[in-house]
Amino acid sequence: MAARRQVRWHIAVFLAPAVAIYTALMIIPLFGTLVQSLMNSDGQGGHMFVGLRNFSTLFGDALWSKQFWNALGNNAWFFVVHMLVQNPIGVALAAILSTPKLRMAAFYRTAIFIPTILSFVIVGFVWKLILSPIWGIAPGMLDMVGLKSLFTPWLGKEAYALTTLALISVWQFVGIPMMLIYAALLSIPDEVIEAAEMDGITGMSQFWKIKLPLILPSIGIISILTFVGNFNAFDLIYVAQGALAGPDFSTDILGTFLYRTFFGFQLQLGDPYMGSAIAGAMFGIILVGVCIYLFGIQTRLRRYQF
Amino acid sequence: MSARMSKGRTIAAHAVLLTYTLIALFPVFVIVINSFKSRKAIFADPLALPMPGTFDAVGYATVMKQGDFFLYFQNSLIVTCASLFCVLLFGAMAAFALSEYRFRGNTLMGLYLALGIMIPIRLGTVAILEMMVASGLVNTLTALILVYSAQGLPLAIFILSEFMKTVSDDLKNAGRIDGLSEYRIFFSLVLPLVRPAMATVAVFTMIPIWNDLWFPLILAPAESTKTVTLGAQVFIGQFVTNWNAVLAALSLAIVPVLVLYLIFSRQLIRGITAGAVK
Repeated sequence: MAARRQVRWHIAVFLAPAVAIYTALMIIPLFGTLVQSLMNSDGQGGHMFVGLRNFSTLFGDALWSKQFWNALGNNAWFFVVHMLVQNPIGVALAAILSTPKLRMAAFYRTAIFIPTILSFVIVGFVWKLILSPIWGIAPGMLDMVGLKSLFTPWLGKEAYALTTLALISVWQFVGIPMMLIYAALLSIPDEVIEAAEMDGITGMSQFWKIKLPLILPSIGIISILTFVGNFNAFDLIYVAQGALAGPDFSTDILGTFLYRTFFGFQLQLGDPYMGSAIAGAMFGIILVGVCIYLFGIQTRLRRYQF
Repeated sequence: MSARMSKGRTIAAHAVLLTYTLIALFPVFVIVINSFKSRKAIFADPLALPMPGTFDAVGYATVMKQGDFFLYFQNSLIVTCASLFCVLLFGAMAAFALSEYRFRGNTLMGLYLALGIMIPIRLGTVAILEMMVASGLVNTLTALILVYSAQGLPLAIFILSEFMKTVSDDLKNAGRIDGLSEYRIFFSLVLPLVRPAMATVAVFTMIPIWNDLWFPLILAPAESTKTVTLGAQVFIGQFVTNWNAVLAALSLAIVPVLVLYLIFSRQLIRGITAGAVK
């Protein structure tokens, strides 16, 4: 009798609502999509099981694979820009903001987060206006400082369009790493900081030697969120460049490629089966990235209980 | 510390923050000032403030005549708040179960719930739509609330369980020795301690819900259930050359979420600082 452990019902109670909603509205539909990626139309309005043939078309057929690798490459660059620009700026802003007794800190924090709350509809429209060579706020401003020769229609040139969009996305989302790091920095106990000061560690070296190791888990979370967010991105490209991700597919990322394939666009007919296959491939890519983080990085991070 | 902080560094900090604030606010500023100007003035000098000679609110008049923005705003508010409530409560409960108890299948359950962070819920749109049609929830706000709750939960659980791992075990065990039930430990000990994380999760959950265009378009495009984002998008599509109306519609879409954010951000700041006070 005593050896039998009591059933701990509270664990089930804590988990039940979240698991129920999540399973019904996310896992079951997603599973449906994955099953669909193994199907194809049988030509009579029904569908039949074709195994991995959709995937062999996606990677083997020259027309499909060229689009896929183009989208994947663009997506990788999109992610690199975010990691190199967005996250360092976010950490730096949070570090400056958390300076004790900084005046107007609340104002800065609120203001810098504002782009993040704007919808893609607004962001896409306003940056198109600002960068437009016709209405031209950007050329006008460059003219004022005598650099007008530097202006080109950034969103319209193949060489610059993707980087420009990535930077617009950075502009929009820099508030997220800033807020997360800021919360992490504030939760460092004063005792730790005071102990560091007693040992004469202040200013920059205090940040590098004391605070940075303590916020590393948060930086890890931000990196993986950025990765997942970027490889799921779609909206900004869609509102700024349309589903064709112009000019000449130079801003095509996996999300827009999926959308075009799944729902069709202009002259192209939607193909739910190939669309599901692309969704499956995206799932695989993201899964690999997240596994690298979970098993390669997160297990090595040290956590501190205060 | 502050006494030792040199004046130069304070000025440098302000300079950096001020510069970035200007970059962050500039586009919003451009939209709002131009929405109050006449069409000619918008093109003549986009950066000028609206003056008595160039002031013109014709855009707002058009928007007010055409779209029912107050209803859209109300819909967005209901959907966002209800989803937020579900995500925060259920997410925190699940995160607590995962981070606090050792039970068989714990890691597996954690991975299962984390799957949702990796895959956009949009990939399952067709199946979701079929499900909503079958249950008669199409064109209701309930459909949106359910979908957004499912969308927000994985990330909320992931972040909250990271934070809950840092809540001291001694405190919880002290509670147990004092005879608190597991539910009391969760609601009155752990939940107040993770408030900064809750505030963070709230903001992260709120923004994509408020700004989403996809699900309102597919699940609830009816006039009576339109959200602000969908309303603004439809409006831009119809009035694409009427710049006054488009800029006014964009301003109206910005203002409510801005007000909401300013209200929430005071809570957010209070939450963050309350958690930081030792």
